[in-house]
Amino acid sequence: MSPLKIEQGTSRHSAYDLRASFAEIQESHTLAVIVDNEPGVLARVIGLFSGRGYNIESLTVAETDHAGHRSRITIVTTGTPQVIEQIKAQLGRMVPVHEVHDLTVEGPAVQRELALFKVVGRGEARIEALRLAEIFRANVVDSTLQSFVFEITGNSEKIDAFAELIRPLGLKEMARTGAAALARGG
Amino acid sequence: MREMTGAKMVVQALRDQGVEVVFGYPGGAVLPIYDELFLQNDIRHILVRHEQGAVHAAEGYARSTGRPGVVLVTSGPGATNAVTGIVDALMDSIPIVVLTGQVPTFMVGTDAFQEADTVGITRPCTKHNWLVRDTDRLAETIHQAFHVAVSGRPGPVLVDIPKDVQFATGTYLPPARARTDHYRPRTEGDPAQILRLVEAIEEAERPVFYTGGGVINAGPEASRLLRALVDATGFPVTSTLMGLGAYPASGRHWLGMLGMHGLYEANLAMHGADLMINVGARFDDRITGRIKDFSPGSRKAHIDIDPSSINKVIRTDIPILGDAGRVLAEVLRIWSERGARTRREAVAAWWDEIGRWRRVDCLAYRASATTIKPQFALQRLEAATRGMDRYLTTDVGQHQMWAAQFLGLEAPNRWMTSGGLGTMGYGLPASIGVQVAHPEALVINVSGDASWLMNVQEMGTAAQFRLPVKQFILNNERLGMVRQWQQLLHGERYSQSWSESLPDFVRLAESFGARGIRCDNPAELDGAIAAMLAHPGPVVFDCVVEKHENCFPMIPSGKPHNEMLLGEARTEGAIGAAGAVLV
Ligand SMILES: Cc1ncc(C[n+]2csc(CCOP(=O)(O)OP(=O)(O)O)c2C)c(N)n1
Repeated sequence: MSPLKIEQGTSRHSAYDLRASFAEIQESHTLAVIVDNEPGVLARVIGLFSGRGYNIESLTVAETDHAGHRSRITIVTTGTPQVIEQIKAQLGRMVPVHEVHDLTVEGPAVQRELALFKVVGRGEARIEALRLAEIFRANVVDSTLQSFVFEITGNSEKIDAFAELIRPLGLKEMARTGAAALARGG
Repeated sequence: MREMTGAKMVVQALRDQGVEVVFGYPGGAVLPIYDELFLQNDIRHILVRHEQGAVHAAEGYARSTGRPGVVLVTSGPGATNAVTGIVDALMDSIPIVVLTGQVPTFMVGTDAFQEADTVGITRPCTKHNWLVRDTDRLAETIHQAFHVAVSGRPGPVLVDIPKDVQFATGTYLPPARARTDHYRPRTEGDPAQILRLVEAIEEAERPVFYTGGGVINAGPEASRLLRALVDATGFPVTSTLMGLGAYPASGRHWLGMLGMHGLYEANLAMHGADLMINVGARFDDRITGRIKDFSPGSRKAHIDIDPSSINKVIRTDIPILGDAGRVLAEVLRIWSERGARTRREAVAAWWDEIGRWRRVDCLAYRASATTIKPQFALQRLEAATRGMDRYLTTDVGQHQMWAAQFLGLEAPNRWMTSGGLGTMGYGLPASIGVQVAHPEALVINVSGDASWLMNVQEMGTAAQFRLPVKQFILNNERLGMVRQWQQLLHGERYSQSWSESLPDFVRLAESFGARGIRCDNPAELDGAIAAMLAHPGPVVFDCVVEKHENCFPMIPSGKPHNEMLLGEARTEGAIGAAGAVLV
């Protein structure tokens, strides 16, 4: 599929590049939405998803262009191909939305999440947790005699895998961000 | 650059936007703006009796003129009362600019008196809305609001203005300097897709144009181009409720309205077509019926200005994103340049088939010499007013569908009805807005007894401003459309679908200083209608009609187009349990 850069009020994505038929399979897509950083813009985007019954798997937002007051909202969503196209069209026609990128179809992209894990324990479990952290390239960002806080970045599968393994080793608490994603290459 | 208060800026911005009339209702949070309105004479203010009425009036004004309607209301209850009208305008793509007062910025969030989170409440029911916190930003925001309301697919916008922002002084920015460049929806269709449509027109054997409110929103030129293209190709044309008038009802290729209560020939043409050309309609569920069986054999072209309308519910083969008028002009030009070819013989055979459907005479009803049949009442109204400079509004229910079936629309912008939201109470205030815009024209609201009472207070507005609107109420003493569904779907259990304790409409009219006319005899109907038309002021016409008449044809919810109920058909048990779930 051709690279997409969906400008305001266009529908190259939905109208011109629609797949052969309305398939029923659920797909996961990562969307990058460039918006004016104005009050209420996040509520607007979230309200679109809840109001029309679309899924949000994760959502990350921050101002990425301070001079232009633009924010980048990264949304991981799931739906049938038709629903995904609708979501992009609905986002694209919102007044404060400048661009909608579907990183899942625009080409290869890197996607990262960040998570913090607090692990409490002593003895063998504590050593095992450190060893695991090393394998997953997690950093120790806080330590006491009976606890560690690990910081890990990666795609969601990697973080899921780390969480799975660390759980029996005294996992106390975990905090996790949504995804940040960028297309690869120039 | 001029320094002025925010309140003055509001009035100046409206003036610079060419606004001549504002529909509104005052209150504490908009007093500074009302003070400025008092001090000038350029902008007229129509005082409604309820804020919902202000929005519907602005909708009537907008739809009948093609210019945005403007509403001014206070904070809290003023804003919440306007919400129904705002949603109505969103669903029907009507450009409306709503200005609301808000508590002062330093009190926002404190549950202050008459504080409501207006931008929060109206976020999902506007195209866009703004809370203005700085007087220096006020003028630009209002100009942007007008730009957004009318650009692309039109719709309602709202600007929430705290009272301290109205009092404070700032710099006025004229419209030409307001930043509006980033919201520029695309209006030119893709030439490659337009060419595909032209080729499809050349090849089609059973074509049909399916047109909607988008043609009307695209301006009178779009309607003219539609007529030109339809008449040049000789293809049949049908329209949604919202698109009536874009192609004239007296036109040779007119099939009548389609959809749930559309004409037999229109729906069967949609069902049997091999090429469907959708211009500015959105495949609403009242049109498609069961999606799976919707026009199964047709290639579908869809011309729409809103990218989210394309492929939303029905898969489109030839999607053309753009302004209906511009795209139609291109289609007509390219098709003509290529020799204006169609499959004439095949299309003639298609017309023969349509002719057979027409002979079913789907609007036939059993006449009566003793009671006024609602269809008969509208036929007589049509006979008496056809050819006049006439604007029609309706409420919601059976009368609305009968009006669409029996009143012929010859031109765009002459038909105001609540289509998408189906808002009972729309008709009277909408007729007021239309009459304000067209003081000399004949404005008739075809209403039902129940709908009409929902905004009856606006008779005060009609009387105060001497707006000679004609309220033609088909009084069946029932919530007729509800009763019809209960009869057909719910075993004739008429739960709460009576209009009990109806007022005496004649005396009610007189109490507002209007004229009241009651008629229950078919033989006297023509004379009574003539009296209504002759009266120079507002009239409430209580047309007492058959109580249990059903509106046919009807495609029950969840059924395909070719499973339509006709008037004489046995209707009990016609709709399955699956259909009963749908609305
Ligand atoms: C505000 C609102 N409430 C409820 C409904 C549901 N509804 C649709 S038609 C109808 C009955 C309308 O009765 P009337 O105005 O007398 O018209 P009739 O159908 O009898 O012609 C009702 C209650 C609605 N459309 N709008």
